[in-house]
Amino acid sequence: MLEEEVVELFKQGLIPGLAHPYIGQEAVAAGVCAALGEGDLVVSNHRGHGHSVAKGVPERAILSELMGKDAGMCLGLGGSMHSTDLQAGIIFSTAIVGGGIPLAVGVALALQMDKKTNCVVCFFGDGATNTGAFHEALNLAAVWKLPVVFVCENNHYAVSVPVSKSTSASIAQRGQAYGIPGLFANGMNVLDVYAVALEAISRAKKGEGPTLVECETYRYKGHGVYDSGLDYRTQQEVDDWMKRDPIQAFERKLTEEKLATVEELDAIRSKVKSRLAEAVAFAKDRPYPPNDLLAKFVWA
Amino acid sequence: MTTISYAQAIRDALAEEMRRDKKVFILGEDVGKFGGAFKVTKGLLDEFGPERVRDTPLSENAIIGAATGVAVMGYRPVAEIMYMDFLHECSDQLVNHLPKMHFMTGGKLTAPVVIRTQYSLGRNTGAQHSQFFPSFYMNTPGIMVATPSTPADAKGLLKAAIRGSNPVLFVECAALYGRHGEVPEGDYVIPFGKADIKRPGNDATVVAVSRMVGEALLAADALASEGISIEVIDPRTLVPLDTDTILSSVKKTARLITAEDSCSTCGVGAEVVARVTERAMDYLEGVERIACPDIPAPFSPPLQKAYMPGKDTIVTAVKKLMS
Repeated sequence: MLEEEVVELFKQGLIPGLAHPYIGQEAVAAGVCAALGEGDLVVSNHRGHGHSVAKGVPERAILSELMGKDAGMCLGLGGSMHSTDLQAGIIFSTAIVGGGIPLAVGVALALQMDKKTNCVVCFFGDGATNTGAFHEALNLAAVWKLPVVFVCENNHYAVSVPVSKSTSASIAQRGQAYGIPGLFANGMNVLDVYAVALEAISRAKKGEGPTLVECETYRYKGHGVYDSGLDYRTQQEVDDWMKRDPIQAFERKLTEEKLATVEELDAIRSKVKSRLAEAVAFAKDRPYPPNDLLAKFVWA
Repeated sequence: MTTISYAQAIRDALAEEMRRDKKVFILGEDVGKFGGAFKVTKGLLDEFGPERVRDTPLSENAIIGAATGVAVMGYRPVAEIMYMDFLHECSDQLVNHLPKMHFMTGGKLTAPVVIRTQYSLGRNTGAQHSQFFPSFYMNTPGIMVATPSTPADAKGLLKAAIRGSNPVLFVECAALYGRHGEVPEGDYVIPFGKADIKRPGNDATVVAVSRMVGEALLAADALASEGISIEVIDPRTLVPLDTDTILSSVKKTARLITAEDSCSTCGVGAEVVARVTERAMDYLEGVERIACPDIPAPFSPPLQKAYMPGKDTIVTAVKKLMS
């Protein structure tokens, strides 16, 4: 729901620059982050709003950052692709595809050297698995047996190029090359993601080393808010995936199994809706940062 | 004062800082038992163990990425990249991530990573093992750059780098590792952004970087015998760059010469000359930039000799400006 606001705010010219909607991939962030415990950390990527929401970053801070306002989680210096909220456990999001993976390895190294029983989850897309950073980082994490879970959100396209044309073998299989488990999860099913993530996270926390988890999912929108997403794929393909919508599927399951009523789900939806409306109004009202912020954080 | 080598001074700085602060540790290729390709970390594994002197795979991008990640969590890693040329292997982490962590997060993260590397020009190591390009990082806000030319500077600057809160690129020079010099006893740091006047003089200012500082001092000796006195300034850190000390000197001498082992175009000298021209143009009678030509480093020893600047290049440049 937050991303629908983002798309709308971008159209209104209130979100400058770039923004990469997470719509369609919700089960991945929700499933993985539900399996994390207190003190566990996340390294996110350019398509990271969903990770922030799943980790409990206040929508006000997310939307303010996207609009370049002073109340943003990075004071408006980062933008859509850079999220840091240490309280929520979001260490950093990088806008360089694959760039967060070595960084997460360093975060995991700190956890290991501190003898903590926490772990770090690093989210990235299918495109990132073809960068050198991915391979260098997986190898290093495996050699040092670090508490990190590499979560690949395979949404089938690196901007416009399909995985079938860019990626040899399956992504999960790549774990084998580094002697670590490569697990596969149905990224349109939040419970499946949760179960697989829990296995990987438990392994990391027990000191058994990293795991690569491939979640097969789909982004409904284009690569960024500026992209229709239909130059390189058909509406039919998008529609077919939308029939597998992870939120609707989970709601169906909840009602069928009588774990929640339609009314309860509607109540949650309207609660989120009003919280978002409040957050949008808040972010719109906030001022832009003063110019003296420009040079304030170049040096620590 | 004790007299030790440039390599020993760096090793001492590392060991002393690791004893002082448990958060300081070393990672890099061959840094453990082998002691690094230039033996700078030799013996540290025995004292500090494999957890704090970490051999890594040959993965420069992962080394700097991991160093950044561990630093934002409160550690103070000192990462070794064997040759400066290999910094291009980790450019994504070194340019796109590390120097911007503090900025992009609105000050929420700091990444006190020290990257030790060295350049090998003059050792016949060819086009991919000789490059010295510190000005590239002068153009990358968020990372400090140190280029020590003496054992004392190397030790004091490295300690300051490790204790600071910012990323530092610490560029050593292989040709200097065996050079000896006096180093103060006990603990000391040399603050960044403070140039050192290695030799005072009145007729020309020579701003020399790294290996060229020694060459400039040799040139100063040669010129002194002809009655010409040059002031040799070693900026010691290029980011921050102590422009004030250079300006004061140029206002006195009216002649500016820059000397470095980089290629000439957009090198350190280009920036120094630009700053002096902006702020002291009326004082200037002449400027010379001494650097390598805009050509990759050759292998064959006579070609390398022709390629490298040195004492004689400086002497010639000073005489040209004096005439």
